[in-house]
Amino acid sequence: MIKKPKKYSVFSLVRNALSYHENWQPAWRSPEIKKNYDAIIVGGGGHGLTTAYYLAKNHGIKNIAVVEKGWIGGGNTGRNTTIIRSNYLWDQSAALYEHALKLWEGMSQELNYNVMFSQRGVMNVAHNLHDVRELKRRWNANKLNDIDCEWLNTEQVKKFCPVINTSPNIRYPVLGATLQRRAGTARHDAVAWGYARGADAMGVDIIQNCEVTGINVSNGNVTGIETTKGTINSKKIGVVSAGHTSVIAKMAGIKLPLESRPLQALVSEPVKPVIDTVVMSNTIHAYVSQSDKGELVIGAGTDGYNSYTQRGGFNIVEDTIMAIVELFPIFSRMKMLRHWGGIVDICPDASPIISKTHINGLYFNCGWGTGGFKATPGSGWVFAHTIANDQPHALNAPFSINRFSSGELVDEHGAAAVAH
Amino acid sequence: MLLINCPYCGEREQEEFSCGGEAHIERPKNPPELSDDQWADYLFLRQNIKGLQFERWNHSFGCRQWFNVARNTATDEILAVYHMGEKPPKLESNDPITPCGEPKIGSGNFSTSKK
Repeated sequence: MIKKPKKYSVFSLVRNALSYHENWQPAWRSPEIKKNYDAIIVGGGGHGLTTAYYLAKNHGIKNIAVVEKGWIGGGNTGRNTTIIRSNYLWDQSAALYEHALKLWEGMSQELNYNVMFSQRGVMNVAHNLHDVRELKRRWNANKLNDIDCEWLNTEQVKKFCPVINTSPNIRYPVLGATLQRRAGTARHDAVAWGYARGADAMGVDIIQNCEVTGINVSNGNVTGIETTKGTINSKKIGVVSAGHTSVIAKMAGIKLPLESRPLQALVSEPVKPVIDTVVMSNTIHAYVSQSDKGELVIGAGTDGYNSYTQRGGFNIVEDTIMAIVELFPIFSRMKMLRHWGGIVDICPDASPIISKTHINGLYFNCGWGTGGFKATPGSGWVFAHTIANDQPHALNAPFSINRFSSGELVDEHGAAAVAH
Repeated sequence: MLLINCPYCGEREQEEFSCGGEAHIERPKNPPELSDDQWADYLFLRQNIKGLQFERWNHSFGCRQWFNVARNTATDEILAVYHMGEKPPKLESNDPITPCGEPKIGSGNFSTSKK
């Protein structure tokens, strides 16, 4: 019997304050594992939890297990730089990311969980003629897709973000920028916690510290998984395991076009509000925003080689910091507090794979590479549809694994905001 | 950051090198006969191994020579360096691993120092 979680409100806050906040109920249960499920999701990150949530909510499949190797919010969901936007170049990606952005806009209300979604705008800065052409092309493509986007010239950039260095004498001067005002940031682990709580309330079993060690297939049909906590049976298995997707795929004998690489990020000491938007630059490879705690959140690049170590090279961080300091001289004396890496699975065309496989009942949602966080709700939405109907949703049909044979790639390297 | 022992120049910082990805992928000898799936396999599909991986590196800011490296991608430990065209060496990796090939501590926060 699922006990419905108590609604969070100002009254529940006051009520719990009276008991010194010692009586809050856990946001989700720690259930016993059942032998059989209607669907199993491998990977309890943002994308896996939204998949389970929308399977239960949109498709009425409630007997679901989400199997997570570590703990909820401990993987890439809690390691990214929390940027959300939908200003992609190609129609296929624009539609998918815009669908996600619309879900972000109602997420806190829907989940009764504050994910601190802040539409503070994302600026993509141009530093040379080629950048200007490419960004104006994307601006026009966005307008054709009804995605809000503006072009700012150098003076408008300076006005929108006063701390940016618009001197024409720097190595890569600011020649303009695109601005998506509906874009912004969110509290990343709150997204995982909110969806975990929401899915749990509908009966989804979230099983942490349970590592998948094998996938059982019989006569071309998937029958279940082997885990460190025993065998779990299901005729539908959705794999959403980000950097470790190739490891899981190998258990089913599937080879994917993925390469797993470390991607680093770092945060500074907290300071008073200084930058109220997100600034991204492809050419000099820098992106920065300020968290609600006051830390600068800075994203670095991926390393140039495959690795599963969750730590990257120092030279990558050094390059990013050099770029940040040139663009924002005001930050030059700030100290960096924390620095970490996550393993991202990169596709050759920098677009995700949300697809069926040649094994019946086995589905993959992977290849989000360096920019999966923004898609979290949309990704789960379309993947849930794919699993429930054994057919892709119109939004993810172009992101089938078959595109690597047909050649119909969705090349979004340009719109990855920074090249990796 | 890795310290790579270039077979021509000796140990140098990884910044001088660029990685050319998985090694020992041969260009098909009969291109016109290949199916789309076979092309996809050659062009795009990769083993992306967690553990012992054979890969190509180029000393791009040094001697500009290509060579092969055997590296454990779970620990970043470089186990062997060998010339292009050579067969991969037979290596055994005795790292503590969980069933799916993952170091026990964290998700890869594993010391590369030899025991």
